[in-house]
Amino acid sequence: MLNVQNLAGGYGKDPVVQHISFEVKKGEILGILGPNGSGKSTLLKIISGILPKQDGTVEIEGKDVSAYSQKQFAQKVAVLPQLHAHAFSHTVKETVSLGRYPHQSGLFSTWSKEDERAVQEAMAYTGVTKYEDTPIEILSGGEQQRVFVAQALAQEAPILLLDEPTNHLDIAHQQQLLDTVRSHAVEKGITVVSVFHDINLAALYCDRLLLMEKGRIAMIGSPLDVVRDSMISGVYKARVKTQPHPELPKPQMTLLPDTMEEMKPFIVTKEQFQVSSKHVSLSAGQPLKTLSSAVHNAGMGWYRAFVNRHVDKDYNCDDVQAENASYLEREGFHLTETVGMMTAVTTEHVEIEEFAGDFGSVIVAVTAGIGNAVDVSKTLTRDQKQQIGTINTWVIVNGRLPDEAFIQAMITATEAKTKALQDETILDPLTGTIATGTSTDSLLVAATQRGEWLPYAGPITSLGKLVGHGVYECTARAIRAYKKAKGWTV
Amino acid sequence: MNKTGIAYIVSAATLVVAVWLGVSIGTVKVPLSTFWDSTDTTATNILWKIRMPRVILAGLVGASLAIAGAAFQGLLKNPLADPYTLGVSSGASVGAVVTLFFGLSIPMLGTYTLPIFSMVGAALTMFLVLGFARLVDRSMKMETIILTGIIFGSFLGSVLSLMIALTGEELRQIIGWLLGSVSMRGWKYIVMVLPFVVIGSFILWLNRRELNAMLFGEERAHHLGVNVRRRKFMILIGGSILTGSAVAVSGTIGFVGLVVPHMTRLLWGSDHRHLLTLSFLNGATLLIICDLIARTIISPSELPVGVITSFIGAPVFAYIFYRQRRKGAI
Repeated sequence: MLNVQNLAGGYGKDPVVQHISFEVKKGEILGILGPNGSGKSTLLKIISGILPKQDGTVEIEGKDVSAYSQKQFAQKVAVLPQLHAHAFSHTVKETVSLGRYPHQSGLFSTWSKEDERAVQEAMAYTGVTKYEDTPIEILSGGEQQRVFVAQALAQEAPILLLDEPTNHLDIAHQQQLLDTVRSHAVEKGITVVSVFHDINLAALYCDRLLLMEKGRIAMIGSPLDVVRDSMISGVYKARVKTQPHPELPKPQMTLLPDTMEEMKPFIVTKEQFQVSSKHVSLSAGQPLKTLSSAVHNAGMGWYRAFVNRHVDKDYNCDDVQAENASYLEREGFHLTETVGMMTAVTTEHVEIEEFAGDFGSVIVAVTAGIGNAVDVSKTLTRDQKQQIGTINTWVIVNGRLPDEAFIQAMITATEAKTKALQDETILDPLTGTIATGTSTDSLLVAATQRGEWLPYAGPITSLGKLVGHGVYECTARAIRAYKKAKGWTV
Repeated sequence: MNKTGIAYIVSAATLVVAVWLGVSIGTVKVPLSTFWDSTDTTATNILWKIRMPRVILAGLVGASLAIAGAAFQGLLKNPLADPYTLGVSSGASVGAVVTLFFGLSIPMLGTYTLPIFSMVGAALTMFLVLGFARLVDRSMKMETIILTGIIFGSFLGSVLSLMIALTGEELRQIIGWLLGSVSMRGWKYIVMVLPFVVIGSFILWLNRRELNAMLFGEERAHHLGVNVRRRKFMILIGGSILTGSAVAVSGTIGFVGLVVPHMTRLLWGSDHRHLLTLSFLNGATLLIICDLIARTIISPSELPVGVITSFIGAPVFAYIFYRQRRKGAI
């Protein structure tokens, strides 16, 4: 559809952009990215003919653009600029109607039914029909930009060029505008080339990305290929980390600010734990990076308070989340900063122990109730209601961990727990075999992310050794305490 | 009936009324019947030999200045622009004042020496301004054109001031010409100016949709498919032809070219497809009325019409401006 070969050009004698070659297929959305001054807007201006090209070719539908008159070009290519000011007032409909300029010819060039249909359609599509007779300058920035989108759509050109279309728009309007453009591209097979300032928006909405650096193409490819830590930090000279989008197979990027020096070292100690008949809690000085299967704030996040709450074993509630949240609030915990678990076990029987290693220390806290012990290998044919049993395990690490070490720590901790159950000969009451856990166990791994870098937590790494040993010891002791409390042992 | 239709009807009707008032009012009352009944020879002579050519010339000058002003304001995206922004009028004035200053009279041209010199002055200035602007900046950005106009306008203005300073007896004549007047010109002036009015207005009217697009900036107009450079050139030439010829036959009449487009915009919107034609009609009306006042208010003496345009125009403009802003605020 649009074919650019070896393009060079710019403002003065020295080309701002050069050696630019790419092709965009019909219905495809190509995003142009790059730091300030990398020439992305210049490239768009050369393609749209605002700036002269010094070398190379631009072809539309297989024909060189120099073969098109200005009007013919506008029939093929519509451009949506950044927001701009205007001197005199036009109504919304007058503004959108200008999009039909390339389709009008002749001395009197009357307004045809076709023109009216295109304008009405474009206004309806962008939701500005209700402002039809309103002067454009009294609309908000977001609404004005929608009017200009409508103007570009009314042009009904098969190619749409956008220059940072979401500049100065709030996130709702950004999303609205790009959703409109995206769905238009999909429904009508419009080819879109857009300059983006925001890497995450570009990654979300584009099929392919073109990353520019100093007037040349640094990379062109799918968002997953282009939005990579090394690529983005290399071109933008910024520390970034990419993560998967929660809903779509698209990468999203986060800045890593250089504030590590400001962060004072701090550690968590065993003494910071508080135990009462209501709950076991830990309040850390600063948030810990946490991965857990808790009731409140499960998953990955940063939290500074951790609560393992005692509930009656007949605790039954329709909305456990809400009930637990109101409990945490009542107890003075800030909901967004707190991870909350529940147990039917007497919380005073918690086993808390600090284990020191060469890198720092690991604190393990376990509450164990084994009334509903389960052999995980024998549950497939079982038809049983979930019951509270619960071995709740916390592993707090004074060290810096990557995501994979969190996962390894969870594996190591789980294996250690299972081994403790085995050595304590805890049986699954239904099968009589050695249990591997209970039906509703929970696990939490949290790290201060200060101090030593601990890349792995497998069973024979320095961190893994402490986690394995510590969880085994604490779980075994907690089981013994549970047995004793139940009067099963002396 | 939509708003645009009403706009055209109202504008045309006021013009007809203005023409009728213009020809009938004066020291001698001319009844409407004179148009078809030529038994009263005095009235017939006054109507066709004196008042009608005067009213038509006033109308043509007013229309020219107003449509040129509307086009320049749109093209330069500047509400302060008027037909005189480009400096073409200063060129026309210099041509005229040179004729008066040196008492020139080319035998073949006779009394038309002045308007013809004036038009030559306007044409030379137009080519110089556009040529210089193009030399400075090949893409001829709006700012370049405005600045070039200011440079040439102030230079020519100083030439005018010099001649006024050096002049003796002709001072009154020069000042009188500069203030602008349409009196005692006759049909020949109309014949002289009419082709320029038709050509200039037609060129501007051809670019009505392009002017709409250019209100959003040259880049946007380019994106919408306008051949910006050619269209800009056409508009500048069209407006200059109108301005130069109007100044040549009537002197520098202020205010009409600045304010009529604004009044028209406030009343009927800024769509150039209608704004140009409506400004044309309203400019004619305004200058006819102003000329009527200029020659009757201290009768039998006459005031220069340029004095009246500002005197009447400013309060009317203030009123419309006030009403529109109040309406917008509520």
